Amino acid sequence: MLIQFILAIFLLFALSRVVLQVRSAKISIGSFLFWTSLFVLAFVGVVDPKITSFVAKYLGIGRGSDVVFYISIVLLFYLIFRLSITIEEVRREITELVRKIALDQKQTASKRSKRK
Amino acid sequence: MSRTLIIIPAFNEAPALGRVLASLPKKNSFSLCDVVVIDDGSTDATSTIAKSKNVKVIKHLINRGLGAVLATGFAYARKKNYDFVITFDADGQHKAIDIPKILKPLYLNKADVVIGSRLLNQTSMPFIRKIVNYFSNIFTYILFGIWTTDSQSGLRAFNKKAFSSINIKTQRMEVSSEIFKEIQKNKLYLTEISVQSIYTKYSLNKGQKISNAPNVIWKLLLHRFS
Repeated sequence: MLIQFILAIFLLFALSRVVLQVRSAKISIGSFLFWTSLFVLAFVGVVDPKITSFVAKYLGIGRGSDVVFYISIVLLFYLIFRLSITIEEVRREITELVRKIALDQKQTASKRSKRK
Repeated sequence: MSRTLIIIPAFNEAPALGRVLASLPKKNSFSLCDVVVIDDGSTDATSTIAKSKNVKVIKHLINRGLGAVLATGFAYARKKNYDFVITFDADGQHKAIDIPKILKPLYLNKADVVIGSRLLNQTSMPFIRKIVNYFSNIFTYILFGIWTTDSQSGLRAFNKKAFSSINIKTQRMEVSSEIFKEIQKNKLYLTEISVQSIYTKYSLNKGQKISNAPNVIWKLLLHRFS
């Protein structure tokens, strides 16, 4: 089917991006393993949808595509949560930097005024 | 004589700051008082006004929020070895006469942290703000297990043990609840003193808004579980 072909091409493209990102050290090994497993699993599911039906039966869910939807939604929520935490951490680091500059400037200014 | 640092967080507070600074005494019966205005990336004349009043000014290059400002103030107090720290809003809602009242329990060693509560007695606080405050108090209790009558008060006092052990990580308005978590975590002794607030159109525009509540709750949850 055309949709299988398009999804498979997109997933291969996504996989190549993950490899490029880890090669240029932009993501950690942990992230690399996570995203690679995710895209490989998705690729297998797209190429051979019977596998998703098998998992669906095993989990007691009606259709293979429903399993994919349920897992995707849970995963997306989790990823958004992780992303929010990461953004908070980055904000904290920026604040640390702003604080250090502010306190250092204060120190420099008071040293200057003492010299005068 | 002991030394107190009055921390004034200020973000675009030019209209009220001059009056607030002029009202602050240089000393009281318990200690000498220094004032530091922490300008959180203001784009108006906040820093200029503060400098003209001969107080210390620390300027954040970009706006980082109330939590970040208080953490900067605490870091400065530790560096300069102050005995007590007071946080005092720049919008003119606090009265300088309340400063000795909230310092007294610290000076007498009866508390580590004092919250100037606007809700211990009859208050002129607007109804909607009372509701926001009440829900914030409940939320603070659920998340951090400590009850207070005014979790959002900007008038607080800390002794050296408190401001040295409190580690502020949140950056915006959620700091008001985080302080209680730190009080609990560091086993600090908390007391509340009734204070009066002056509500003007200006100060009401500046304070905690109900529309900001979901954001504060989300940040606190992230902070709680991260």
